[in-house]
Parts: sequence; structure tokens; C-alpha cells
Amino acid sequence: MDWIVQQLWLIPALPLVAAGLSALAKQRRRRLAAFLAISSMVLALALSCVAFINALQHTGHGPATTQVVNFFWFQFGDPQTSDTALRLGWVLDPLAAVMLVMVSLVGLLIFIYSLGYMAHDENFTRFFCFLSLFASAMLGLVMANSLLLLFICWEIVGLTSYLLIGFWYHKPSATAAAKKAVITTRLGDLAFLLGMVWLYSQTGTLLFYDGGHGCLEQSALAKLVAQTTTLGMAVSTGIALLIFCGAIGKSGQVPLHVWLPDAMEGPTPVSALIHAATMVAAGVFLVARVYPLIAAHPAGVTSVPGALQVVTWVGVITAVFAASIAVAQTDLKRILAYSTVSQLGFMMLGLGAGGVAVGMFHLITHAFFKALLFLGAGSVIHGCLDEQDVRRMGGLRKLMPLTFGTYAVGMLALSGFPLVFSGFWSKDVILHSAHGWNTPAPFYLGMFAALLTAFYMTRQVCYVFFGQSRAGASPAPDACAAHAPEYVPSLGALPSRAGQAGRQPYVPHESPPVMIIPLLVLAVFSVLLGFIGTPAWPWFQGFLSGESATGHLGQLLEPQVLGLMALSSVVVFAGLGLGWWLYGRRPVRSADQPDALERFQPEVFALLRKKYFVDEIYEGSVIRFNAWGARACDWLDYWVWNGVVRALSLLVVGLAWLNRFLDEYVVNPGFDEGCRRLTKGGTLMSRLQGGRVQTYLRLIGGALAVLVLFLIWGCRAP
Amino acid sequence: MTPLACYLLLSALLFAIGLAGALTRRSAIIVLIGIELMLNAANLNFIAFWRYGPNPQALAGVMFVIFSIAVAAAEAAVGLALIISIYRHCQTTNVDQVDSLRG
Repeated sequence: MDWIVQQLWLIPALPLVAAGLSALAKQRRRRLAAFLAISSMVLALALSCVAFINALQHTGHGPATTQVVNFFWFQFGDPQTSDTALRLGWVLDPLAAVMLVMVSLVGLLIFIYSLGYMAHDENFTRFFCFLSLFASAMLGLVMANSLLLLFICWEIVGLTSYLLIGFWYHKPSATAAAKKAVITTRLGDLAFLLGMVWLYSQTGTLLFYDGGHGCLEQSALAKLVAQTTTLGMAVSTGIALLIFCGAIGKSGQVPLHVWLPDAMEGPTPVSALIHAATMVAAGVFLVARVYPLIAAHPAGVTSVPGALQVVTWVGVITAVFAASIAVAQTDLKRILAYSTVSQLGFMMLGLGAGGVAVGMFHLITHAFFKALLFLGAGSVIHGCLDEQDVRRMGGLRKLMPLTFGTYAVGMLALSGFPLVFSGFWSKDVILHSAHGWNTPAPFYLGMFAALLTAFYMTRQVCYVFFGQSRAGASPAPDACAAHAPEYVPSLGALPSRAGQAGRQPYVPHESPPVMIIPLLVLAVFSVLLGFIGTPAWPWFQGFLSGESATGHLGQLLEPQVLGLMALSSVVVFAGLGLGWWLYGRRPVRSADQPDALERFQPEVFALLRKKYFVDEIYEGSVIRFNAWGARACDWLDYWVWNGVVRALSLLVVGLAWLNRFLDEYVVNPGFDEGCRRLTKGGTLMSRLQGGRVQTYLRLIGGALAVLVLFLIWGCRAP
Repeated sequence: MTPLACYLLLSALLFAIGLAGALTRRSAIIVLIGIELMLNAANLNFIAFWRYGPNPQALAGVMFVIFSIAVAAAEAAVGLALIISIYRHCQTTNVDQVDSLRG
């Protein structure tokens, strides 16, 4: 086995060491923390590239494509009676290799970008400590060969997400968002854990690949498929659905999507790295990893497996749902957050309808262009003195030309601009596979979501970069309901940036090179990555499925492929054109001018602006029930349990009082009396010992006289 | 009245005087003198019983008394040394005030 496969553990270990060391470093050791984090990521990237090359050499060799290293962790239970050794391990297969390179590359670029973005923050060291910990856990997650190891990393990733969302913890909305993220994903993770336990109880192993004994290999799957549980569902389907619940939570799918837009309270590099490019994609990765389990179906059954149907439907509903919300938002980062939710839905759709390669291709391309968009948004926010409301931007095209250029690349990639940008190819593959699916509805919904995507991105770009500058204008009346502006991290360093109320007009400025260079690199990748998965040369799909791809241009010209590509191009152009017609043709003049859609359809717009009232519905149902439950518990606590405890304490106090009474009035007087008598007797006896020699002598004399008399009388008597 | 009875009476008188002195006087010196008187009364008894006893030729009585006087001398020396030591310690020879052994 190759050296790199044996030493694959080094990739997550390096950032972990960096995180540990910078956790120990003093707060002002900024250079040290940044150096540790970035150098460890450079090394991790280098190792990931070596691993990727290794995977390239092994691909297409059947079982040898998946190289695993398993090791014994610990033994529980009796080793004689049952095989209960807990084993962990790592795997190097195309899926892991691609993810390793993507995570370390995007992570490295965002680390470098953070140098500029967080330059003035007083908790710079802590920030890099958390980022390194995150990178370590994420890299561990993608190379895990055990569902348990994956779950451990999954939870560490969730923890760092919590820590980084609440990074500016003195801001109440950030702490609330952090709590919301943790609690919401916990719901999914609970189901994930249950699925894991169920899987273990059925197969006795949590290793994915173990030379034919792993839980994703043929023997275990056949066993799982053969059994049925409630509602006639195969056990494999039940387990797959439970594990998919974890993916729903982590990847922000409906109905657990509510935490992701709120997570934008964190610093923008965090939003880019964790809540756009990598961590939220972990759910998609999880589905891709356990795809054999999800897609397992009994032999002879030709219909689509139930779990895959669920994945597809959840994905497509999320894609449309979130895209429509994004249309009406005014916060720069929130628009991108809903866009992320929507794109994650696309990935799920791709996984469900087309398989691992389709979903993963979109995951990889999306990671690059969404990181680009978020970093561009961060650059805009940085240049506009922490302004996040798109209505108070405008005209930045000339002021921030480099940011505009790269942002436009990301926006066109996300919209799926034909032929040039990567987003087009990856989305086209998804739509193509949805078209061939057993029901046509996901295809049409996906098309609609693509239309919306192009539309809201055009709207956003028109708001931010075109027209005249509306900087410093007062917000529209309903703006405060949408969000609070991003908190200023630099309390002491730049007090002028803190002026939220009564903003003065200012001139936005271009960001420093340390922030621009990552943008340029990401922009290049956003374009180039598309060409590794076009229908003409589906190299990426071939790589993931372990077959060597043959490229010929003729596939592009097949009528079905060409027709679909033309159709999706038309949809994208329609979206772009509609957006331009509504927002770009007549530039927005002032900040309180109503939105173009608002004038056209006020009710629908209000519904979208309020995010379909999902938060309010949760507030009114789950959270209210929870609050009632909490209040009932409080009442029980106060009146019942507290009463029992109080009664017990009163009883004890009464007993103690009785004890004291007995002590004081029964035991003590008897003892005292005895003591007093004893003292009196002692006093009496001590009088005899007067210390005067003559007294003793007198006594002796008297006694002698008495003795003599007694003797005299005694002798005489008989 | 036989001579022996006269000696015995004298001896008893000496003893009584000595006892009274030892019991009643406050000064330690006088108490010591009283004790010496009682001792000498006993010596006198010895001599009297020997002289008028069944075997006056043997020198047993005289030997006893000489020993006794020697012992009394040593005893007087020890007693006086004790009194000096008490005086140094208590600044008095009044035996009523020397009662540090009181219980």
C-alpha cells in the first residue's frame, strides 16, 4: 500500500495541531496564530494533492480504487463471546480525494482572505484557532472510513460552527443565531445517531469498507435489504432515512433550513468557509458516502428506492423554496444564504436523481463559486463600512472594479450562464438526470428554481454594483425587521466604523490585495472547473464512478443533450433578462424606494420577504409547545418537587428539634446532676488534705490515743 | 513508787510536752524541737527499761540509745536543712502558711 494512504491521517492532524498550539498562544500573538493556521493548511493541501494523484493512479482498477486503512480502537464487552472490537479507519477513494483537495484549497484561500478581513479584530488568535479546528474536523470527516468517526468529526464541525457563528458573542443576535444553529442541527443529528445505532445493531460494524465486511459492501447490504420493518419498509431504507435526517439538519434542507440564514451573523469568512462551501456540504457528502445504503433495493425490484425518492423530493422542494425566498431579501449575505440552501437542494436533487457523481460535481463547483460570492460580499461589506443592506449600496462597479469583476464571475457561475461557467455544467447535469427520472415534476421544479436563481442574482448585482451610490441613506421603514447590521468587530481600533445610526455618506473603497487575491484564484476555478464534467468529456463523473472517461464532442450534439442545454440556457437568459428589466433598466434611485416586485405584487412579495413565515410558524408551534412544556416543568418543579423537598426538610428540622429537646431537658440535667454530686464529694474529701502538717499530726495523735484507749478497753473486756 | 515508774513518768511528761509543742506551735523550729523532745523521751524509756530490766549487765540498751541519738542528730540536720529550704522557697517558717499540698 502506498505511503500516502498509510499517512493520510496527517492531513487532519496538521490543522488540529495548529489549532491546539494557537489555543495556547497569547491573544496578541497574531502573527504566530496566522502562521500556524496557514502553514498547516498549505501542508494539508500539499498532502491532499499527493493523495489526489494517488487516487488518480488507482482509479478504474475495480476494488483497488477504494484504499482503506482500518485500525483497532478499543475492545468492549467480552472478547471471547462476541466480536465487539471497535475499529476506525480512513479511506482514500475518488470521493474522499476530491473532497480533500476542495476543502483544503478553499480553506487555504479563505484563511488568507481572513488575514485581511479580520485584521482589526481583537480576537484574531481565537478566530484562527477555531478555523483550524474546523478545517481539521472537516478533513477528518471526508476521509473517515467509519460512520462513527464521521459522526465524531461531524459533531466537532457543528461545534466550531456554533463557536464561529457566535464569534462576536457580545452581540445578542449572534448568540441567538449560534444557539439556533446548534439546536436545529441537533434534531437532525439525533436521527443520525439513531440510524447509526440501528445500523450497528443490524450489521455489527460501522466501517464503510472492510474487505467485504463493511456496512456499505454487498454482504451487509443484502442482509439489510432482505429484512423489513414497519410499513413494509426495508431496514436499509429506514436506516438511510434516519441518516438522511442528519444531512437535512446539516445541509439546511426544508424543514430544518431555518438556522442557515441566521448563521450569517458570523464573520463573513466563516460564512464563506463553513456555511457555504464546506460544512453545509457535509450533509450532501454524507448522502454521497452512504449512497450504496440509500440506493440499496431488493433484487428484481425496478422502481426507485424509497430513500432516494425522499432525497430527491426534499432536495427539489428546498431548491425552489429557498430560491423564492432569496428573491425578496435585502440583506446581502442573507440572499447568498438562501441561495446556498437552494443550491444544496440542487445537490440533493442531483444525488437522488442522478447518483453520486452528479451531486458531487455540483458540490465541488458550488463550493468554489459560492466561496467566491461570499468573499466578494465580504469585500463589499468591508468597503462599505459594514453595511449589509443592498438598498444602501449601489454604484460600486466603478469604485470596486476588481470586486465587481470577480463577483460577476461568481454570479454568472451561480446563475448557470451557458458554456463558459462551471455552474452551468454542473446544474445541467443535475437537470439532465432529473429529466430522465421517473416523475417529471422535479425536472420542472428544478427549472423553475434555476430561473429564480438567475433572477435573484441579477437583482442583487443590480442593487449593489449598478446605479448610483445610495451609501449613508436612511433605511426603508421595514428594513429593521429584516436584520440588524453586522456588528463592528473592531471596538477600539476603528471607532468611526461603529456609527450605525445617523450614518454619514461615505465613499466605498476597494479592499486590500490580501483579500482580492483569493477572489481572483476562486474566480479562475469557478470558470475552469466546469470543463472537467461536461457531457463531451465527463471526466469527473468517470473518476468518481471508477471508469475512465472517453471524451468526444459528438455527445454534446446529441439531440436530447443539446435540447436540454438549450432549454436551460433559455431559462437562465430569461431569469437574467427579467432581473435586468426590473432592476437594471431603471436603476434604483433611493434607498426607501419600494422594490420593483413589491409594486407589482405586494402580497406575494411580503410573503417572500417574511420567508413564508416559517420562523413564525415554528415560533407558534414547536417553540410555543416547548415553552409550555418548560413552564409546566417549572410549575411541577416549584410546587410538587419543591414541596416534597420542603416537606422532607421540615420533617428533618422537626426531628432535629426533638433531638435538641431531649438533649437539653433529659440527658443534660441528669449528667449535670451527677457532675455536681461528684464535685461536692470531691470538695468534701479535699478538705481532709489541708496541706498543714500539724493537722495531719493531730489526727495521727488523736488516732493513736483512740487506738491506745481501744486496746486498753479491748484487753480488759474479756 | 519504784524508780522505774518515776523514769517512766518523766519520760511520759517529756513526750507530752514534746507532742504539745509539735502540735500547737506555728514555728517550724519549735516543732522540730518538740519532735526531738519526744525522741529523747523514747530514749529515756530505753535506758530506764534496760537499767531496771532483767539483764542490766549487757550493753544493749546503751548501744540502742547511742545509735538513736546519732540517728536523731542526722535527722535534726535533715530537718533543719528542710526548714531552710522551705524558708527560701516561701519566705516564712510558719507551718500554717506552708500548705501548698492542700487538695
